[in-house]
Amino acid sequence: MAKFQSLHDAVRDNLRDGDTVAFEGFTHLIPHAAAHEAIRQGRKDLTLIRMTPDIIYDQMIGMGLAKKVVFSYAGNPGVGLLRRMRDAIENGWPRSIETVEHSHAAMANAYEAGAAGLPCAVFRGYRGAGLKDVNPEIKSVTCPFTGEELAAVPAHRPDVAFIHAQKASRRGDVLIEGIIGVQKEAVLASKRAVVTVEEIVEDFDDLHPNLCVLPHWTVTAIAHVPGGAHPSYTHGYYDRDNAAYLEWDKVSADRDLFTEWMRTNVLEAGPEAFAERVKGL
Amino acid sequence: MTTISDFMPNEMMTIAAARALSNDDVCFVGIGAPSAACNVARLTHAPDITLIYESGTIGTAPNVLPLSIGDGELCETALTTVSVPEMFRYWLQGGRISIGFLGAAQLDRFGNINTTVIGDYRKPKVRLPGGGGAPEIASSCGQVFITMKQATRGMVEKIDFYTSFGHGEGGDHRQRLGIATKGPTLLITDLALWKPDPETKEFTVVSMHPGVTRAQVQDTCGWKVRFSDQLEETPPPTELELTTLRELQARTERAHGGRKGA
Repeated sequence: MAKFQSLHDAVRDNLRDGDTVAFEGFTHLIPHAAAHEAIRQGRKDLTLIRMTPDIIYDQMIGMGLAKKVVFSYAGNPGVGLLRRMRDAIENGWPRSIETVEHSHAAMANAYEAGAAGLPCAVFRGYRGAGLKDVNPEIKSVTCPFTGEELAAVPAHRPDVAFIHAQKASRRGDVLIEGIIGVQKEAVLASKRAVVTVEEIVEDFDDLHPNLCVLPHWTVTAIAHVPGGAHPSYTHGYYDRDNAAYLEWDKVSADRDLFTEWMRTNVLEAGPEAFAERVKGL
Repeated sequence: MTTISDFMPNEMMTIAAARALSNDDVCFVGIGAPSAACNVARLTHAPDITLIYESGTIGTAPNVLPLSIGDGELCETALTTVSVPEMFRYWLQGGRISIGFLGAAQLDRFGNINTTVIGDYRKPKVRLPGGGGAPEIASSCGQVFITMKQATRGMVEKIDFYTSFGHGEGGDHRQRLGIATKGPTLLITDLALWKPDPETKEFTVVSMHPGVTRAQVQDTCGWKVRFSDQLEETPPPTELELTTLRELQARTERAHGGRKGA
């Protein structure tokens, strides 16, 4: 049953050291405010699952929260590489991290299998691809009906999922619109789910019947954080801050610059700063 | 009459790639260079082409090139937007996509692509972003087009990692792995068009862009280049093609504050 909390309390109550956690949102609706709260609370030894680690995990990895990252595309979209993640992989700074690398198809299937309560995902994939030689979690099964060999990967079953969404109703139902990514699957695959939202409305009575809505009883906690996806975007509210993605390429290129940026913009800031950041976008 | 001095090699590459697409195609658009080509096709000879980006946007018609595969513009102009699992399961794996259009960091003569690491996987010299959707785009789309700028460090004798499988070691390697789709059927570079040899599957130059020499093609390629016996010259861009591309890029730069888009 969804509980309305401050972001601080929602993160404190739902994210523990050593947890396996997914902060999802496919380019759109990336839950940056929640990740910043996790950084401020100093969570450690996390296993981070995310299709595209993006800036959000670059920051968490650079601040030493992660022991392991499960991912399928480690780029800064439209800009280039993720420099903090690379520094951790190539040089072990600020700590070494284990990586488990998949394709997008495998990650999406693994979330869906998790949501479906299955132990693994089965799909036609990885044929001829090098990842199956370096990732022992990629195996194969034979179809009992046709004999076709198919790829199999373990289902994602995170301890907790964090997502950002447009709206919650007073009852705690959550509406996601636009590029919906894997958020529904990530929430349903996880033991707990924390949602930050742009807006809380009275009810969802006048919505189109087929919209992507997570019922309140699938959500653990909701925090009202306007702008909480920045520098990602929220369809219908504000655009992607492309300049911030470009700036990140410079900030993340240098350990000292990065540390200073995180101190000013994350450690010494709070969730209320996000509303200001999306003004004019 | 358009002459060689009127267009840049990059423009020729994008336009030659756009020409390869037709109105009936359902095209899975990879990040980077493919996106410009697909949208030029849509804005010129293929207005009804279906463009799909892996963020779940189906039948999208962006007015400016997106900076990422998940820009809001893609969703706002799409016929419909589905979840990412649905995109990969029903639409890609389900065999609904006729052409996958990919870029490459490293490519070999058999159309195998590396976008994962330079050097050893465990101790990489450079950790690249990785595969994203590409491993399954390469195996599930009806056929695959690849576009990249020629350079010896990109077009190499041996790639460091098989991110996306092309024709493997050549010949019938795809069939032997149980892959039913055609794989790479066209490579469009800034200098030439390449097609796989019907038997060996090695990329062979079938057409050079206007003013390009064999020596230029060889000097920017890390393997010994084979040229077709019936080598053609790529027709230069028409005024419509060039104007469409340049206007698209100008709109994109205005919208993204100087960024070119992908």
